Amino acid sequence: MTDQSLHDTATAKPAVERPVFQISRLSKIYQRNRFTALSDVNLTLRKGEFASVIGSSGCGKSTLLKIMAGLMPPSSGRVVLDGRPVMGPREDIGMMFQQATLLPWKTALENIVLPIEIREGKAAARRYRDRAQDLLDLVGLARAADVYPSELSGGMAQRVSICRMLISDPSVLLLDEPFSALDELTRDFMNMELQRICMERRATAFLVTHSIPEAVILSDKIYVMQSNPGHVAEVIDIDLPRPRTLEMINTAKFGAIVGHIRGKLEKEAKA
Amino acid sequence: MSTQAKMQTRAASADGFQDDGADTVWIEQDPFIDRIPRWVAMLGLFVAIVGLWQVVTALDIVSPIVLPSPAETWADILFVGNNLLTGGHMLDALITTSLTVLYGFAIAVALGFSLGVLVGETKFGERAVMPYLVAIDTMPKVAFAPLFIAWLGFGISSKVALAAFIATFPVVVSTAAGLYAVSENERFLFKSMGASRLQTLVRLKLPIGLPYFFTGLKIASVGVMAGAITGEFLGGGEGFGALIRISASQLNTPRVFSLIIYLSFLGLALYLTVVWLQARLIFWNKTDKIGGIA
Repeated sequence: MTDQSLHDTATAKPAVERPVFQISRLSKIYQRNRFTALSDVNLTLRKGEFASVIGSSGCGKSTLLKIMAGLMPPSSGRVVLDGRPVMGPREDIGMMFQQATLLPWKTALENIVLPIEIREGKAAARRYRDRAQDLLDLVGLARAADVYPSELSGGMAQRVSICRMLISDPSVLLLDEPFSALDELTRDFMNMELQRICMERRATAFLVTHSIPEAVILSDKIYVMQSNPGHVAEVIDIDLPRPRTLEMINTAKFGAIVGHIRGKLEKEAKA
Repeated sequence: MSTQAKMQTRAASADGFQDDGADTVWIEQDPFIDRIPRWVAMLGLFVAIVGLWQVVTALDIVSPIVLPSPAETWADILFVGNNLLTGGHMLDALITTSLTVLYGFAIAVALGFSLGVLVGETKFGERAVMPYLVAIDTMPKVAFAPLFIAWLGFGISSKVALAAFIATFPVVVSTAAGLYAVSENERFLFKSMGASRLQTLVRLKLPIGLPYFFTGLKIASVGVMAGAITGEFLGGGEGFGALIRISASQLNTPRVFSLIIYLSFLGLALYLTVVWLQARLIFWNKTDKIGGIA
């Protein structure tokens, strides 16, 4: 898996994109029980790159995402987004959670403009309604604008939460196991949708997952994490051509990558 | 069944499997008690209770002073109803009690909500205020009635105070519980949007907590009635509680019964108002219903 083979494909990118997210020497120690959740994590996210972090539960991957999102301070190290250090929640960070987390008393459209409403008030949120409708078109929910979350299926609700993440045009998308609560067929479909949306917008994305095939099908780069203390054990470049398709899952190359990662994670589980 | 389908089933029976064409549809039967319609069940139960009551009184098993006959009670209900409709002294008493209940309820909701937010939203409230609230809540609150009378006199205010005192605690606890009901993801969502503490409270925690808050209101609406009547028993005055006490001391048991029935209408009205308001406000949550009213 050399860097060169990535550029053989039709959708080749310029050799080196500018870094968007830079994390160096990051550690997190929970003072309460002196637990080291993360130790010396270094990673760079470049513009338009899709990276995943994979690991068993307790390897610190959620902690890493929360620190990147500015929801939690690191114990040591440096987190920089677009040249500015991350010292708290930021408008240019879009987040998606395991559950859609839509407010049940707001319609799909009102949920999408919620980040604007919170930051800039109701008047600004009204100005963004057309944009929200465009985003609903983008995710294939054109007619769901005035529907309440209780009437949406799990997959539809997650698509609305994609729109909410995109409304403020963030420079990075942080995805915390976004489709893990969906059934497998819906999950495959949503992953392909996510790829399409990211490619259309040239979005920089960082996905936390515990599904190896999901990480492989979506990512340019995978960080394999191990626990005790949480650290990056291996960085793998995925040079499958884009756009990726579900058929690729059946190819030998895909199987080899999945097998390699599984071996890496299993070794830890047995240890 | 179409001819084609029939042919297929006949063909399938070639492997020795017999299909005589009859569907194996069967009906799942609910037990008889679950099949009685609501109005029949309610009316039936009413007739059974009044019938038993009639039998007990007709056979002179208990003295009429202890338990008057259904007919006597019904006559008194009509008499009291007539007095209420024609603006007699009982109407004044009912208005007094209603005002006591409403004032008490309003104070309990305002005070309970404020304390509930303090307890549910701040660590100080949770750590310092809540233990005292629990301590007071475990006391028999009716025992405070003489104090309220000593402080506020024999007028309506001492009854309002007792009613509010009893009804405040469920509102505090339910409001605080509602604020705790927010999930981690919801908190992170608001945090990631840069929401202020006040925004998170008003736009997220309070709406999420509304169903809990209303559960507290329902308990309070029952408690406030008990508080108001207890206050009137112990502190005199002009309310329904005083009328009940006087009727009981005169061994006018039918009157006691009919006054209680009218009081229950007052309590039911308050309770149903809360239920109606809940259904209007929390349109997204259709659960939490027993018998369509709770």
